[in-house]
Amino acid sequence: MNILSEIAGSLERGEDDRVGALVRQALEEGRAPLEILNQGLIAGMDVVGEQFRQREIFLPDVLLAARAMYAGLDLLQPRLAREGLPSAGRVVLGSVHGDLHDIGKNLVGIMLRGAGFEVVDLGNDVPAGRFVDAAQEHGASIIGLSALLTTTMPVMKEVVALVRARGLAGRVKVIVGGAPVSAAWAREIGADAHGYDAANAVERVRALMAAGA
Amino acid sequence: MRERVVWTPVDSLPERAEVLRLQGVPTDADPPARIGALLEAALTDYLTRAEPRALVAGISPEEFRAIFRGDGRNAPDTPLAGVIAGAERLALFVATVGHGVTARIRDLFARNEPALAAMLDAVASAAADRLSVLLGGRFPALPGGPGANGTRVLAYSPGYCGWHVSGQRALFAFLAPGEIGVTLNASCLMEPLKSVSGVLVAGPAAIHSFAPSYAFCRDCREKPCRGRLASSPGPGEP
Repeated sequence: MNILSEIAGSLERGEDDRVGALVRQALEEGRAPLEILNQGLIAGMDVVGEQFRQREIFLPDVLLAARAMYAGLDLLQPRLAREGLPSAGRVVLGSVHGDLHDIGKNLVGIMLRGAGFEVVDLGNDVPAGRFVDAAQEHGASIIGLSALLTTTMPVMKEVVALVRARGLAGRVKVIVGGAPVSAAWAREIGADAHGYDAANAVERVRALMAAGA
Repeated sequence: MRERVVWTPVDSLPERAEVLRLQGVPTDADPPARIGALLEAALTDYLTRAEPRALVAGISPEEFRAIFRGDGRNAPDTPLAGVIAGAERLALFVATVGHGVTARIRDLFARNEPALAAMLDAVASAAADRLSVLLGGRFPALPGGPGANGTRVLAYSPGYCGWHVSGQRALFAFLAPGEIGVTLNASCLMEPLKSVSGVLVAGPAAIHSFAPSYAFCRDCREKPCRGRLASSPGPGEP
């Protein structure tokens, strides 16, 4: 088994210390950071994601794998940034203004990172304008909005309107999610996609990127 | 009657199976060892940080109807109207597991410990729900003893079953739960996050049983109403 497969396997088992050690070893052996990322960490997370979709493993397993991924990513990121290598895409993410719930948003962020996306996490209680500002500032193609309260869902509509008002529609796409948020609501406000749960959100973001976000 | 209730963290500790259910882990068999270890770590963490407490006050049906109307944004048809009509006793409540647990969950996420953070979040959610069940058991027993005549106590909360979440404002105005550290923001969100509020309804089991066929039931993912009756206490039951 080569070291990249070992990294993927250790990540699948949630062995964070081992993943860190293997990534360090791979770098020392002269492996390219992008190769380690794609064929080690992301390959492992892809397996984990598929096992989760098939209900062979459960949310805690995915999050243990995510922790292992961070152990490797922390070592790779400075090198990747220095070399200016492309990611799967850049996503601005946050819980909308008035909403302090962030666990769902955090899970989406973790799974997006695991799928190779760069995530700009704005946290919670984020005003509409800040999402769009951040998308422009960071050159993000996707804005992900989370709300757990019906009283805060209208902020999602504000974000969609702002994206259009600034002439970003088509270039910046909006995906919405959260317990009270439905596909019908997404259509009603003109959002580009609705993520039913964290795993589904990653699939939707991938589809938006493939469609030219 | 208005009463402040303080529990020990152990009192509020939820069933392990309920926590695992919230994490999407099947409960018909022992969880994998690493998930079991994570659960135990989260329960230990919870016990060191939780400060479970509540405020509860009896209320008449007339007073409750005024609170229930709130800002006038409830669903046109809700099961609560029928539930209240058949109720024997009502009490408003706000309960919380405290700020410490929420702060710890955020800290764990910030430190790239998402598995433990999410498990602790599930523990805290299940614990907060358990507080409303514990409060239900504190209703004075009816003549004939605990649970007499099939009486059950169930909690109903703003944001569920057609009771618009803006109903929190009237509920908070009535109870003033700032004294137990719970506040409401402009979006009607309680802080600490792991808090629950609503009305405790004591009455014949039949009043709590309704088909999930209301318009708002379509968007309710879990339909917890179906399982709640089975786990509800009778008045005076532990």
